[in-house]
Amino acid sequence: MDEGRPIFQQIAERVENDILTGALSEEGQVPSTNEFALYYRINPATAGKGVNLLVEQGILYKRRGIGMFVAAGARERISARRREMFVLEYIAPMLAEAASLGITPHQISQLIEEETS
Amino acid sequence: MTSQNPVIQVDDLTRSYRDVAALQNVSFALQPDIICGLLGRNGAGKTTLMRMLTGQDFPSSGTARMFGENPVENSAVLQQICFVSEGQRYPDGYHARHVLAGAPWFFANWDAAFADALVDKFRLPLKRDVKKLSRGQQSALGVILGLASRAPITIFDEPYLGLDAVARQIFYDALLADYAENPRTILLSTHLIDEVSNLLEHVLVLDEGRLLLDQDAESLRGSASAVAGRAGDVDSFAEGRRVLHRDTLGGLATVTISGRLTPADHRAATAAGLEIAPVSFQQLIVDLSTHPDRRPAVASVAYE
Repeated sequence: MDEGRPIFQQIAERVENDILTGALSEEGQVPSTNEFALYYRINPATAGKGVNLLVEQGILYKRRGIGMFVAAGARERISARRREMFVLEYIAPMLAEAASLGITPHQISQLIEEETS
Repeated sequence: MTSQNPVIQVDDLTRSYRDVAALQNVSFALQPDIICGLLGRNGAGKTTLMRMLTGQDFPSSGTARMFGENPVENSAVLQQICFVSEGQRYPDGYHARHVLAGAPWFFANWDAAFADALVDKFRLPLKRDVKKLSRGQQSALGVILGLASRAPITIFDEPYLGLDAVARQIFYDALLADYAENPRTILLSTHLIDEVSNLLEHVLVLDEGRLLLDQDAESLRGSASAVAGRAGDVDSFAEGRRVLHRDTLGGLATVTISGRLTPADHRAATAAGLEIAPVSFQQLIVDLSTHPDRRPAVASVAYE
């Protein structure tokens, strides 16, 4: 866990990551709040808050008496949101660092081409 | 958050010993079934507070109520409380097995099988005089009592003294697992903030007898940032904000700023060539406790 951020957000992100990679499949059951708490060694209320955040966003849903499941379409919704954040979290910092090193946007495209060819 | 009747309610509690004020005008209320950390430096008043809560000492003024009642000589209340204090004394010739055998007399919810499992995990010798156990073994005995008692309010006063890293992990894991199955109110005083911070739902910080912080642990996390860069740039960024701590190295400075930074703050900092780093839970408590005008920095901070 990263000490400087609320843990419930980090739990929600980890569950999202597992949905993105397919480790948790749509309509598949996710671990219980207590299982999350014991695995990550965090307070169960905190784990519950992370899970509830995803329920509010429609990523997970509850089946009364059975448990928590990944909603259909969750994967696409998560990746759509992450794509929006991609510019802010990856492209913008990269451009700022490039500017301070005197690397032009054109040179960046060339570097990307080289890396991916 | 649902607001129930607080299980522990302290109002304007003051305890003076001659001219020393061990606790000064402390007020807080704890909701049931949470794990709360009681943090603070040596001499901050943690043990004094715990002794008031468990009816072992009397307030000079103010009140401490457990389940809405005064705990002093109140057996109905005291039966619901397990207080694991430092340096618990037992009669001569008393073995750990005697302590455990007597526990059901005091604790209605005592789980003997759970206690046995913990004895194995901690490798606690049962047939030895408690006085001859090592400091760590005595602490393990206290931890076992505290956990297996399943008391509705369980209070641990620095229960880890002499416990090695492995034994402390056993304690934290057992506490979490058993709490998850059997929710109850846990009040835990500790100096090892980093080790327990993820277990806590709520935090109380005492300093020199005063309550410095009474806050949800999650809202505390990320509620301060360290901003580093050229001293002039750092100081102009910090102007008008609450600075908890400032370090300098040559022409460079790092300040700890209280309060959540907005995306606009982040952009401004990046544009000024400043670096922003999160402040750990423990560091934030340390900064708050050493700040010259120690007043609650973040009484309540909304997410995002």
